[in-house]
Amino acid sequence: MTGTRIRVRFAKHGKVRFTSHRDVARIWERSLRRAAVPVVYSAGFSPRPKIAFGLALPTGYSSDAEYLDAEVDPAWAAGIDNERLVGALTASLPTGMTTLAAAEIASGEPSLQHAVTSCTWRIDAAGADATEASEAVSRAMDAGELLVQRERKGRLTIDDIRPAVHAVEVQANITDGVRLIAELATQPRAVRPAELLASLRPPPGGRAAGERFVPVPPSLLRACRLHQWITTDAGERREPLAVSELGERREPPAVSEASVVGAGVGP
Amino acid sequence: MTNLWHRLEPLLPQVSKPARYIGGEHGMQTPVHGPGIVSWLLTYPDTYEIGLPNQGLQILYEILNERPDAAAERAYAPWVDLEAQMRAEGLPLFSVDTHRPAALFDVIAFNLSAELTYTNVLNCIDLAGVPVHSRLRHEADPLIGAGGHCTYNPEPLADFVDFVVLGDGEEAVGDITEVLRDWKTSGRAGGRSGVLRALARVPGVYVPSMYEPVYDRGRLAAMEPRHPDVPAVVEKRTVADLAEWPYPKRQLVPLTEVVHDRLNVEVFRGCTRGCRFCQAGMITRPVRERPAEQVRTMVSEGLRRTGYDEVALTSLSTADFSGIEQVVASTVDDSGCGQVSVSLPSLRVDAFTVGIAAQIQRARRTGLTFAPEAGSWRMRQVINKLITEDDLYAAVESAYSQGWRRMKLYFLTGLPTETDEDTLGIAELARNCVALGRGHVRSPSVTVSVGGFVPKPFTPFQWFGQNTTVELRRKIGLLRDGVRRARGVQLKWHDAAASLAEGLASRGDRRLGGVIEHVWRHGGTFQEWSEHFDLQRWQAAADACGIDIDSWVHRHRTFDEVLPWDHLSAGLHKDFLWQDWRDALDEVGLEDCRWTPCYDCGACTGYGVEHVVASAVPPAGGSQGTGVDLSRGAEIPVRLLERPLVGAAR
Ligand code: SF4
Repeated sequence: MTGTRIRVRFAKHGKVRFTSHRDVARIWERSLRRAAVPVVYSAGFSPRPKIAFGLALPTGYSSDAEYLDAEVDPAWAAGIDNERLVGALTASLPTGMTTLAAAEIASGEPSLQHAVTSCTWRIDAAGADATEASEAVSRAMDAGELLVQRERKGRLTIDDIRPAVHAVEVQANITDGVRLIAELATQPRAVRPAELLASLRPPPGGRAAGERFVPVPPSLLRACRLHQWITTDAGERREPLAVSELGERREPPAVSEASVVGAGVGP
Repeated sequence: MTNLWHRLEPLLPQVSKPARYIGGEHGMQTPVHGPGIVSWLLTYPDTYEIGLPNQGLQILYEILNERPDAAAERAYAPWVDLEAQMRAEGLPLFSVDTHRPAALFDVIAFNLSAELTYTNVLNCIDLAGVPVHSRLRHEADPLIGAGGHCTYNPEPLADFVDFVVLGDGEEAVGDITEVLRDWKTSGRAGGRSGVLRALARVPGVYVPSMYEPVYDRGRLAAMEPRHPDVPAVVEKRTVADLAEWPYPKRQLVPLTEVVHDRLNVEVFRGCTRGCRFCQAGMITRPVRERPAEQVRTMVSEGLRRTGYDEVALTSLSTADFSGIEQVVASTVDDSGCGQVSVSLPSLRVDAFTVGIAAQIQRARRTGLTFAPEAGSWRMRQVINKLITEDDLYAAVESAYSQGWRRMKLYFLTGLPTETDEDTLGIAELARNCVALGRGHVRSPSVTVSVGGFVPKPFTPFQWFGQNTTVELRRKIGLLRDGVRRARGVQLKWHDAAASLAEGLASRGDRRLGGVIEHVWRHGGTFQEWSEHFDLQRWQAAADACGIDIDSWVHRHRTFDEVLPWDHLSAGLHKDFLWQDWRDALDEVGLEDCRWTPCYDCGACTGYGVEHVVASAVPPAGGSQGTGVDLSRGAEIPVRLLERPLVGAAR
């Protein structure tokens, strides 16, 4: 059976952020069953519920912009109220996961994996110095290339991520550290917040060569995905599913001493 | 500080699989602690993935939290990477429910399901910040308890645990809670030794420090109670009616991957097929079935509540459940559109069972597992696994003819009286199964999995001298040669070195505590994990403690030898076990006492309980143990609790 496609936007915060992408998929399968949402199953020898997840969120990061598409029984979908569905789904999710929006999408709508072109991240680097950070970000944005070492299928490669770094804003008013708001591309390969930080270099002669501008061990780096963006052929940017009231719910943006580098940072 | 989360949180990005430390499972409880409430930390001494699904632990978690005077949380052994971080940061063992420090609990109770986890028990006690030796603990330290199958010989852990529960825990935890509650509200009258003395009087509770071992020329001669009110023999606890205990009612659904990740519904407890190598079967007698109606409710309620799409009907031999066909049929129907799969983790070896399997695996027929356990009929009579070759071939043929392509066959090697002919019989069975499969499917395959036999307490084989690692490896070698040119047969085997350590811990007496401590102090944790197991550590520990492994593991025991668990009772008369051992050596099988007369093994007769079996008719198909052709479900009059006919001579 071909089902009606519904898209769900959800948040992931707190303890549950330590679950992996695969864990989240399993959590959703079970939560949808607990909420008695009639998800359509695939045919074949081992029928699976038809649920597609978007970009993987690195384990340990939180998010206000996770998505999934599920195919559900059309008869059921016809009689469901989106707001009630959002409430029912949140009730069946574990603590820390919240459904923010749900809506039917057109059957021809491209999959999340293909459609999403960039993400806005909030990155908190404890212990980093604001002035140094701003300078490092300026240098990075001015540089012709930003090289990072990556592991791909067990082999180390050096990639230039500069084209994928659309914008970075430095905010310095958080306690003991620096907050970056960064828009990073997801195509052809998603740049992770940790990779952005690894690419930021200290000023020439300021620190030992090769050392990062912020001595951030992974445990002190906290990141939250604020948005995922789809750039249309016409060059317009939109979210896979907008959450109108989300802006008020989130903490107010920090402004003082903020130095804006680049352009096009999300709202 | 009662919540360690903010100290744990910064460590988690640096460790593997951090989700196993966060709790938050569906069904998790956040109990309230306080004066007058006895707090239990139910601890599984291995990883979260292995420990979370443990049904015994989950049952007690619910029963305790339902009591107004108890609060229960859970803990699991942190993996080595987190442990290193915790030790570096001075972070103690914590509960996953509210991240409460382990030392704040009144009781830290371990589930002992495998002997090789003993070193982890010590590690967890130490990580909790509690002295590892019970004699060094203070009044304010938690009591260290243990339950589970391994407690039928708790002596190797006697120096480290304060109390042990034998048998079913459902009722015992309540009794223990009451003793501790009264002790706490009395201002801990009598101190630690006072409460231990009181616990020793609770039926089913064994307090090792209340017994004095007596040795004679290097051998255990007696275990003497230190006080007159301490029982000379501690009897196990048995829940008479499973219907009164429909637990878990709210099975935990983990947020991350674990083993047996599905709804589990226990359909009966106990087994009377009488396989002589099987400790689980012997110590859990008699058979107590859950009413079929309750099984159905637990399945449908459980699926709805958990969101699982798989349910396992668990027991030691689920095809023996009265009316299994109807229960399976209704489960498959209720679950709607075949989206829920049913699994029977312990299949009997016969065509009838394959029929049930066919009913539940309508779509995906990938593999079936059988456990013939031994390669020849002679050997199977010795171990009382009375499966004829015809049974096995009929089952395998029926499976292949219904579309299965892969069979997995479980065997033991190193069994009493085993000859090379018996061992090689395994290879022959496997080859014949593949040949049968060729008649039905293309490239059929058979995986043979061979484990080294480890004799366990309270079985007829408790007197048997385990095979040496050299001998076990030689037998595996024989089998490898035996299947070398057999197309479609794969051979897998367990590490013989691990069997040696397991054998040492299974039947050791109190003096083995030194070895376990030595292994632990030299870094030997997670001994169930092959990458962490090293036999040399055990050998070095045995040398350091002056223990002769050969005499402890490989020596046959005699009837008059005092066994380290003689002061404990699983309900089985020692002379019944001894007669069964003699019968084994004579290759005489013993029928299942559910449908044939009672042998007075003691499990029912000693406690005034009996089998709770809904059907007086043995299951169709299973000739195993019943000695007659039951392929059409023949009726055999049930005579329970009758004075022994066969057993009279014993
Ligand atoms: S007491 Fe009799 S009926 Fe009960 S388990 Fe033992 S042999 Fe079977």
